[in-house]
Amino acid sequence: MKFREAIRSATVEVMRKDARVFVAGIGVPDVKGIFGTTLGLADEFGPERAFDIPLSENTVAGICVGATFRGLRPIFVHQRIDFLMLTMDQLVNHAAKWRSMFGGVQPVPIVMRAIVGRGWGNGPQHTQSHHGIFAHVAGLKVVVPATPHDAKGLLIAAVEDDDPVVYIEHRWLHEEEGEVGEGYYQVPIGSATVVRAGRDLTIAAVGPLVGEALKACVALTAEGLEAEVVDVRTIRPLDRDTLLASVARTGRLVVADADWGPCGASAEIVALVAEHGLDLLKAPPVRVTWPDSPVPSSQAIEPGFYPGARQIHAAARWTCHRSRAASLTPSSVRPFEGPF
Amino acid sequence: MVEEKIVEIYPDREIRSPTHLYIGQEAVAAGVCAALERDDVVVANYRSHGWYLAKGGRLQAMMDELFGRATGCSGGWGGSMHLIDGEAGLMGTSAIVAGGIPHAVGCALADTLQGRRTVSVAAFGDGAVEEGGFHESLNFAALRRLPVVFVCENNLWAAFSPLAERQPQGDVHRRAAPYGVPGQVADGNDVVAVYEATASAVRRARDGGGPTLLEFRTFRWLEHCGPNDDTAVGVRSAADVDAWRERCPIARARRFVSDEDDRRIRSAVAAEIEAALAAARQAPWPTPTWRPAYYEV
Repeated sequence: MKFREAIRSATVEVMRKDARVFVAGIGVPDVKGIFGTTLGLADEFGPERAFDIPLSENTVAGICVGATFRGLRPIFVHQRIDFLMLTMDQLVNHAAKWRSMFGGVQPVPIVMRAIVGRGWGNGPQHTQSHHGIFAHVAGLKVVVPATPHDAKGLLIAAVEDDDPVVYIEHRWLHEEEGEVGEGYYQVPIGSATVVRAGRDLTIAAVGPLVGEALKACVALTAEGLEAEVVDVRTIRPLDRDTLLASVARTGRLVVADADWGPCGASAEIVALVAEHGLDLLKAPPVRVTWPDSPVPSSQAIEPGFYPGARQIHAAARWTCHRSRAASLTPSSVRPFEGPF
Repeated sequence: MVEEKIVEIYPDREIRSPTHLYIGQEAVAAGVCAALERDDVVVANYRSHGWYLAKGGRLQAMMDELFGRATGCSGGWGGSMHLIDGEAGLMGTSAIVAGGIPHAVGCALADTLQGRRTVSVAAFGDGAVEEGGFHESLNFAALRRLPVVFVCENNLWAAFSPLAERQPQGDVHRRAAPYGVPGQVADGNDVVAVYEATASAVRRARDGGGPTLLEFRTFRWLEHCGPNDDTAVGVRSAADVDAWRERCPIARARRFVSDEDDRRIRSAVAAEIEAALAAARQAPWPTPTWRPAYYEV
């Protein structure tokens, strides 16, 4: 099953199981159905539970918050995470605060799906990946699935969770194929997973860089280095135990994050290891992140903006040998075809 | 009387929470809530002592909250600006201007989807009208014909900024027309006028007629936040404030109550307030629920 089909499958599962779940967002019931992830929902569950909205992101976020007061469990979908930024008041000032601000009596079980729109020259305002910003906020949970299996299980877990969850999906994973569990299952929020065992270094990777890390491992193996790859999956709360246990086995760390570096998830993971596992480290950690620049549009420079297997390979060699690679793994991201 | 007692004891520093007092505006919350059923909901803002009590919240839980106690309605985590009583239908109050307006719309949407015939009230001030969320909420509620009553307490001031310096046209109720929503203005210091306007809007909402925007003209007597009169520091003129004090909503409602009842009610309320204060002072403090942000080595 494809990643985007897994998201749709999760949505159908939760809506069948729980009549309190509804899906709102610009384009939810239209012919494209949010890259296919919401197709058919209005047919099966009616226009009351899968509906379009006015272009009022912050207010609709507030309406979703209010709907939770009366027992519903909204999924609010944003075709670009950049549009999610319009909801910062309701998400950060309200949803994230509500449960603690009222002494625990009123949880806000709301899921914010947001899509990262890399590719096809989408430029600086359609491509951001801000899981680090949301993970900074006490009261929010943040997940970034990397596989179709986790895309389904984490979305179901997000809907089941009583706290607001930001669910970030990279659309160039939408077409990825993978095994997906049958029926209703959850991938626990707050759990990272070791997707490849190795003895020489740990690569903690987020979202689309998990696949890139696995590609880098092929070249690393040929050079005699076995990397352990940890799919971080949840940015907040971070699975400290899994990350530290992996570094304890390997003694070296590369963090590969599909986001900007400063104050981001990669910084948090390195800080975690510095605070709790400095003695485990045989070498300084290395971060692979987006460059310190907004994303460009031109096809001449956009592909070079994104780090991939090549940069992860280089970082791994650097932390293991303090040496540059003679020939590096090419990145092989499937290009996204427009027009949107 | 509750607010006057807070003014009296605030200098003692037992209440360490920014209090936005409701003195002068009492007729609005009282009149609106009198027109509601207990199942109906209100979402209000940081100036909500009046809304909380009028909707049926418990004085003791509010006082405990102001004193920062674990027994407060928000467990000591919210303070004066964040009151809640879900059973009474006071669904929480936001300290972000206009932040609560969409919450009322969301309550109305959820109740409608679940087949409940409740009405949701969004209570906000004239400053909130300048925020996008006010307009977006009106648009959404009108689009879906949701049972929402938008209640603007137009007290003519946003903190230290007068209405005329913030809006080119201060008739808030006229903002309803572009959305096809009825808008009405009434004297916010006349509890009967408030009640009647609200009862009509509530009836319309409950019968599926959609939202209404009500503007109640009123005035807060004290400073934006805190127990003091702000005329001394030159924010507002003493003459203006005095003119509004002449229109005291409670004095104007006095004609409905016999002298004997008035004495009896005041005495009972005073005793309840004193008991609440005494209990709040003895109530337990909250304890931290978080793991330290700094990590033990």
